Amino acid sequence: MEILAWFHELLDGNLIFTPQTLGYYWDGLVVTVQLVFVSLLIGLVLAVPLAIGRSSGRRWISLPIYAYTYVFRGTPLLIQLYIIYYGVVFFDGIQETFLWPLLREAFYPALIAFTLNTAAYTTEIFRGAIKATPKGEIEAARAYGMSQALMMRRIILPSAFRRALPAYGNEVIFMLHASAIASVVTLMDLTGAARFVYARFYAPFEAFIFVAVIYLCLTFTILFFFRYLEKRLLAHLRPQS
Amino acid sequence: MRHMTLLLAATLTAGLAAGSAQARDYSEIRLGIDLPYEPFMYRQPDGELTGFEIELGEAVCDYLEATCVWVEQDWDGIIPGLLARNYDGIMSSMAITEERAQRVLFSEPYYTTPSAWFSLQGREVDISDRDSLEGLVVGVQRATLQDNYVSELYGDLVEIRRYTSGDDVLNDLRAERLDLTFLDAPVAESRMDLEAEDSRFQRVSDFINQPEHIFGQGVGVAFRPRDRDLAERFNEALAALKEDGTYDAIMERYFNYDIKL
Repeated sequence: MEILAWFHELLDGNLIFTPQTLGYYWDGLVVTVQLVFVSLLIGLVLAVPLAIGRSSGRRWISLPIYAYTYVFRGTPLLIQLYIIYYGVVFFDGIQETFLWPLLREAFYPALIAFTLNTAAYTTEIFRGAIKATPKGEIEAARAYGMSQALMMRRIILPSAFRRALPAYGNEVIFMLHASAIASVVTLMDLTGAARFVYARFYAPFEAFIFVAVIYLCLTFTILFFFRYLEKRLLAHLRPQS
Repeated sequence: MRHMTLLLAATLTAGLAAGSAQARDYSEIRLGIDLPYEPFMYRQPDGELTGFEIELGEAVCDYLEATCVWVEQDWDGIIPGLLARNYDGIMSSMAITEERAQRVLFSEPYYTTPSAWFSLQGREVDISDRDSLEGLVVGVQRATLQDNYVSELYGDLVEIRRYTSGDDVLNDLRAERLDLTFLDAPVAESRMDLEAEDSRFQRVSDFINQPEHIFGQGVGVAFRPRDRDLAERFNEALAALKEDGTYDAIMERYFNYDIKL
């Protein structure tokens, strides 16, 4: 109760940050976190087999995956989003297919674009880490008579994940920042909420600085999480004191 | 050496005089517009700007013996752009409302048009039956009067999607992502080709221009609050053009009904 009273007193006389606009920002925060979290999760799940395939010696496996990562890393995310959101409606009869209930909303086209984009980057990050596995570890695994699959599971992937961690942490932060473009397809994410407040009150500074602070807080949360993970998982690499 | 100094001083004084004269001199008036907004302002296929407001603006500039320079700007940034001095006025179908009048100085109104609800052809909608609208998806252009109207009166009933441009609204209406849209009537009718037999769209309500606290008192030119003299010149020019028939001649080229105020 006291907090509520304090809150109302804080907002008293403020024309822009009313409980209503703060509600918009809150809804925007929920959408942004959902969008980024779900696309990163699916992207990660996709990226592991893709990265293994990409490091394969068989060209018919590695080349198509290379083409995919090349296209999605070589074009702006905004363009990918436009193609998936506005482009699909030019296929005649798309409205009658089972995909339409998903594509009709703004959320799912954005989710598809973000997932495909982050999967492409994550694939390349993991591929680099897999390639950097020390030769000695592989030879030792072979000497123990491990099969290719067992070696991948026990030796290569665990150490590759550790090596990929710092680069992957950056990818997560990039994804959060890239999600700001979701509002161009009418999604009311954090940036969408800021644009709404900006347009409603003609107050660019207040609307955007407030949202920038929220993004900063999110970024620092991610940063601390990855720092903690690195401390735990890369402990063996720290100099012994 | 002395001659040099004198010459320098003379040049400097002349330069300063010219500079201060220029600040008050409106031989070039930059006007912000958000394209396309047919039939008020749009580009012909060859890229030439045209439309009711463009022609009216050019007539005002002629009357003031000035040149109009048209500056393009997205709608949701059009008032901040004016305050940031990217242009001197906004002549872009901006309705005069109390909220906007707190930030900008408006000329006398120069036209008024109603808004209306539109949907895809063949769809049965009864706007007056509020319960039947529940859960429908409505597209509007962000930060327009139409956005305010739908947000205020239907905000808890329908799902509102806000777009940067009116074209995107029509795209998504065509794609069946939207059930309804609420737009400025002349603009929608011209973009949707409603007169044509095979038009994919239809109007599903009467023309709406009430309540006044949302729709304002008509459309005016917006200026920075301190540019009072520029606003007065515009008022004078607009009054003269309405009087001498120039306004009517331009209006008849674009509309078959009266929008004069």
